[in-house]
Amino acid sequence: MRFPTGPAPHLAPQNSITTMMLRVLLALVPALLVWVWFFGWGIVFNIVIASATALLAEVMMLYLRGKAIRAHLLDLSAIVTAVLLAFCLPPTTPWWITVTGVAFAIIFAKHLYGGLGHNPFNPAMAGYVVLLISFPVEMTQWLPPRQLMEDGQFPTAWAQLVAILTGELPGASLDAISRATPLDVMRTELGQARTIAEITADPRFGDLGGYGWEWIGNGVLLGGIWLIYKKVIRWQIPVAVLAGVLIPATFFYLLDPGSHASPAFHLFSGATLLCAFFIATDPVSASTTRTGRLIYGAGIGFLIYAIRSWGGYPDAVAFAVLLMNMAVPLIDRYTKPRAYGHQK
Amino acid sequence: MQTLHGFPGGLALEARKDQSTAKPLARVPLGFEYVLPLLQHEGDPAQARVSVGDRVLRGQVIARAEGYLSLPIHAPTSGTVTGILPRPIPHPSGLLAECIVIEADGLDEAAETKAPIEDPAAVHPSRLRNRLRECGVAGLGGAAFPTHVKLNPTAERPIETLIINGAQCEPYISCDDRLLREKADEVVAGTAVMLTALHASQALIAIENDTPQAMAAVDEALARYSDDRIRRVAVPTIYPEGGERQLIQTLTGREVPSRGLPADIGVICHNVGTARAAWRAIHHGEALTERVVTVTGNGVTAPRNVIARLGTPVADLVAFCGGYTDSVARLIMGGPMMGFALGSDEVSVVKGTTCILAADNSEILLEKQSMPCIRCGECAETCPAGLLPQQLYWHAHERDWEGVENFHLFDCIECGCCDVVCPSHIPLVQYFRAAKTEIWARQRDREKSDIARARYEQRQARLAREAEEKKRRHEEKKKALAGRKKGDDKVKSELDAIMSRVKQRKKGDN
Ligand code: SF4
Ligand code: SF4
Repeated sequence: MRFPTGPAPHLAPQNSITTMMLRVLLALVPALLVWVWFFGWGIVFNIVIASATALLAEVMMLYLRGKAIRAHLLDLSAIVTAVLLAFCLPPTTPWWITVTGVAFAIIFAKHLYGGLGHNPFNPAMAGYVVLLISFPVEMTQWLPPRQLMEDGQFPTAWAQLVAILTGELPGASLDAISRATPLDVMRTELGQARTIAEITADPRFGDLGGYGWEWIGNGVLLGGIWLIYKKVIRWQIPVAVLAGVLIPATFFYLLDPGSHASPAFHLFSGATLLCAFFIATDPVSASTTRTGRLIYGAGIGFLIYAIRSWGGYPDAVAFAVLLMNMAVPLIDRYTKPRAYGHQK
Repeated sequence: MQTLHGFPGGLALEARKDQSTAKPLARVPLGFEYVLPLLQHEGDPAQARVSVGDRVLRGQVIARAEGYLSLPIHAPTSGTVTGILPRPIPHPSGLLAECIVIEADGLDEAAETKAPIEDPAAVHPSRLRNRLRECGVAGLGGAAFPTHVKLNPTAERPIETLIINGAQCEPYISCDDRLLREKADEVVAGTAVMLTALHASQALIAIENDTPQAMAAVDEALARYSDDRIRRVAVPTIYPEGGERQLIQTLTGREVPSRGLPADIGVICHNVGTARAAWRAIHHGEALTERVVTVTGNGVTAPRNVIARLGTPVADLVAFCGGYTDSVARLIMGGPMMGFALGSDEVSVVKGTTCILAADNSEILLEKQSMPCIRCGECAETCPAGLLPQQLYWHAHERDWEGVENFHLFDCIECGCCDVVCPSHIPLVQYFRAAKTEIWARQRDREKSDIARARYEQRQARLAREAEEKKRRHEEKKKALAGRKKGDDKVKSELDAIMSRVKQRKKGDN
């Protein structure tokens, strides 16, 4: 009897990109639910718009580059980029802003650098930075958490949708109700020489970080730990990012708690946790060796703290990630593991 | 207690051994035809010693070893030699190679066996090695390396530890497990003989901890044998624990130097089946004419372990195990991780055949669509050799041979771990194998051209030397000539001087 042949190993593969990406999306669900609870349905609309844009841009670019469209669409990597970017946007971001950011991420940051696996920069963060520079006002128009507003004042799902589609909030001006994020507040007020105790007395602050934000952080943490458990990501990057933020934060906090926010605040405000578990862990643009990941993660963490504390932007995740992306080839080069049977 | 050190990376693979371990060993009944390749291991092929039409007896030498790294081949049963010709052999290349074909006569008459060596400790180790060689004993773990070569330590590299490898880490393969359960006494006795031959101080029989029956059998055998140089060690069930280098690392915490041998660090590994075969050869004078083979997978009706004569066609083994099921999709010799696919079941069992895996589509994947590498690093996490498969792939893909060597391509043991964990389904091992082949080919080419260049340079040098020589001789002649002339001048001037003095004197006299 005759049989078809093929090279070893013959065992079926244990994993696929699609499974990994699907797990990343699943791991974001807890954070998403908390998000909706505090900030309403805006993020869901943003995710839909972002995903649709990502898929369109992906199909277009795959077509232009003559790549297998089906296989690449099914890998879900474009959706992950879109969803992560949506997670960084204010809930009422007008649709054209979302579309611009995602399109830039997919077309420029991903495909023009060679597509899946070849992009040196994290596409979601590249898209985010473009938005931050192009639409500085809209990018800081955050709704306050629903629980901090009087009954009936918080925009309904419908009102948020209209705001996203038209850029105007029906019944109220967006400017009137949008607020600075806790990180923003912390920055500005510290600049006016107020003490931490005075600043955090504001209802926008919760026990650990910004009100509401800390719960989103918990959701992210839950999903992130599940990802480590499922081996979708390895522990090195998240741990290093968190250590990179916490060590300097603790140091300065202990030095002078009156003018430095607590480590917990840094952890549970803004996108620190999202970055540690979901953004910095993007395999393509991260370092790939074990030691390299520790350095890469620690670099991001430290840059987040440094830019927040001494730089020009309140939340520094995107810049920190992009900066460390640049260092990856160097890091990888110097962290090559020792092969079996070679001298230490 | 032996402390275990483990090794980095590796994979926990689903065992799938129960299919074949439930039934005891059974002997495959005599068949009609046996096909024996002249080369069943690395080294030099044996030389046929019979002609077509000859009658042979079981255990008779039908091909003689050629050189040190070679083994004789013995007839697996009595019958007539019907051909000495190229036939398909079990090899990944799928090529034909010279084989001796014997048609069995069904009598299974045995040739005279060699006299047993009753007290192996009393004879010189070289006699033991010769015996193993005469009996054709090769490593039965898969590589089939001639055993006598590995039992020959040099004075500079004494062997301290003998490891008997019963850690069969490939899923599906259970021939060592079954052998240990049923023949542990012979394995232990063989181990003792090997220890003697090596002058080693201790032997460790390593068994994966998911085979309790095998461990119990060995423990009982050890208790009966009571040789305190030999111990049984349970090692973790993790692929590729049974890889020589990984097993050594687990047991001793030491690494075999890159491109070195275990003997360089005072260790030798032999498979449990080899230990038993060594015992049969020394104590019973028996040539290696059969081995235990696992016949398994969803593609075969009644999986089990069988004792098969060398040369038995794979088709006969499968027929003995109830034949193929309808779902059979691929035939593999060896395990699903490192075994190779057979294009046909007409090839025969050789010394290195551990397993015949008839797999269906649920067990293996015939087609995998690969995607670009996403640099996830999972391949590096799992690599037991501490390599960066992703970088190796990258350089191999770009045909950057220097790059692959810098990333230690030749330390890759082709275990396949990186390949099965890769979420992009990149056939990594295939790239590595191709790169190795390519580099070897280039080295051979380079050596060839080096020889040619050396020849050319030698000729050029000779011509230059000759020209130089000629020039020198010419110059010498010229110098000699000039010297003579100068000499003449000197004589002349002296003469002149004398003459003028004579003239002066004459003047004065006047
Ligand atoms: S496992 Fe595959 S995709 Fe991941 S880094 Fe290795 S080669 Fe690339
Ligand atoms: S096949 Fe080679 S590179 Fe891949 S895991 Fe095994 S040793 Fe490492």
